[in-house]
Amino acid sequence: MLDSLIQGLLLGGYYAMLAAGLSLMFGVAKFINLAHGDLAILGAYLVLFGVDWLGLSPWLAVLLSLPVMALVGWLLQKFLFTRTQAAGFLLPLLVTFGLGAVLQNGLFGVFGSDTRSLANYIGDLSWDSWQITNELSVGKLPVMTFAMAIVVLSGLQLMLSFTRLGRSIRATASDPEAAELNGINSHAVHRAVAVIAMVLTGLAGSLLAMRAQVTPYDGPMQLIFAFEAVVIGGIGSLWGTLVGGIVLGISQSLGATLISSQWFQLTGHLVFLAVLSVRFYGTIVHQRGGWWILIKQLAGPMTRWSSQASIKAKATKTRIKNR
Amino acid sequence: MSALVVGQLVAKHGLLTAVRGVSFSVKQGEVLSVVGANGAGKTTLFRTLSGVHSIDSGGIFLHDEDISQLPAHQRVRKGLAMVPEGRRLFVDMTVRENLQIAGEHGRSGSWVLDKVVAALPALEPILNKVSGGLSGGQRQAVAIGRALMCNPSVLLLDEVSLGLSPIAVEGLYQSLEQLKKSKETTMIIVEQDLNRAIRFSDHLLCLLEGKVALSGRSDELSHVDITKAYFGLEAEVLNA
Repeated sequence: MLDSLIQGLLLGGYYAMLAAGLSLMFGVAKFINLAHGDLAILGAYLVLFGVDWLGLSPWLAVLLSLPVMALVGWLLQKFLFTRTQAAGFLLPLLVTFGLGAVLQNGLFGVFGSDTRSLANYIGDLSWDSWQITNELSVGKLPVMTFAMAIVVLSGLQLMLSFTRLGRSIRATASDPEAAELNGINSHAVHRAVAVIAMVLTGLAGSLLAMRAQVTPYDGPMQLIFAFEAVVIGGIGSLWGTLVGGIVLGISQSLGATLISSQWFQLTGHLVFLAVLSVRFYGTIVHQRGGWWILIKQLAGPMTRWSSQASIKAKATKTRIKNR
Repeated sequence: MSALVVGQLVAKHGLLTAVRGVSFSVKQGEVLSVVGANGAGKTTLFRTLSGVHSIDSGGIFLHDEDISQLPAHQRVRKGLAMVPEGRRLFVDMTVRENLQIAGEHGRSGSWVLDKVVAALPALEPILNKVSGGLSGGQRQAVAIGRALMCNPSVLLLDEVSLGLSPIAVEGLYQSLEQLKKSKETTMIIVEQDLNRAIRFSDHLLCLLEGKVALSGRSDELSHVDITKAYFGLEAEVLNA
């Protein structure tokens, strides 16, 4: 049980890394990127390309893949996302859905359908662990991933709070038109956010390729995990994304341990749906003035009915007495 | 020298032409009041001048430079700032951050945080408060302070007293009076209070259904003429 909790917690670090870019883009640009998972897989394949084809060390390949992902983010925002955003809510969904399909088939065309992994290139790190007790051990790679997530999210938080770019991002997220009226180029801010988001996504993809095997068609599943982490943690909140990732990771891990390994993903989806339902009904309850008022409203017809019934009963008793 | 010249400006909302061939000019350091009934086109005119609403035809010249095709953020950097209707503060950020942002992205000049706080004393006690929790008067002061941090040569103030208590309006206009006396900033204001608009401004422009119905020096226009132009009673539409 404790082992499952810790494994789930550490898995949450990966989900937070994966979801941070999605959360950032939605929080600032109100842009839902359905190709997010495929872009993470693209990041993984960029590193695999550097290692397999160019013979680079995996860490150097990760490092070199990040500016490439940044460029991909900048180009996508400049030439695709900005233009589709101007056309409303639906077009970005359709375009990024199509972009995802293009990326999947593009990767398939270049790299084939074989599963690939970086695990063979990172030595002991892929399987080595620290033995805490006889029954509990934690993998070095999951710990590293979790630590990386904390460092990256802390860095992002500091950047958002204390830098000129961070303030511009927060202002644009709050009100893009008001930001423009204060001299902020909101399109440039959106491009900067896309760059940051793609770097995070590429990093998450690289970490995925280190801990698991990837294929060109793994993107949609990663997108679902990222969405679930973002929704559970609260859209647009960086630390919420970490919390969401941890909740998702622990749910999956507990589902696999307590029920069956086949329940790994399903438990995560069920927790996601439960959180979504609580949020939905919570909003309704809040709109109606809180739980107590709602209970009184629901109980109103019942109490009216019971008081009417008692009046009728009293009247019947009185009639009987009078007879 | 004119700080801002607007020539035959046309702006549309879909099929509706909200601003129809409006022309005017304002000299450096002067105050122009734009008045008109609801739907006269005042806010669309301001939004078009600031660059957040696209222009259909006509020209906008800031210190003789054509800015009509520039995006809003570039107009701010050229010296045209706006206090929008509804204040539009960044509600999750502190007052200090709201002011800081404008200072970082606007034009450089003499308006820095200390000077803005001195000009708008209401800002001092709330500098570290989150702007989402402020009163209407405080929000308006922050919005004006934020626009001043952009160091504008021309400041547009849309519905400056809307929704404020009489005391808050009085305090606000005292600050604006100081700004007017300094002659550093040209102001164009939209004000629903006709008497205050006449008292505060050097010139007055009355819009009716998107056109200029009346314009002139505030002290030369009669109340009767303004009222007629305002409500379209026997109005002589100048730019028809």
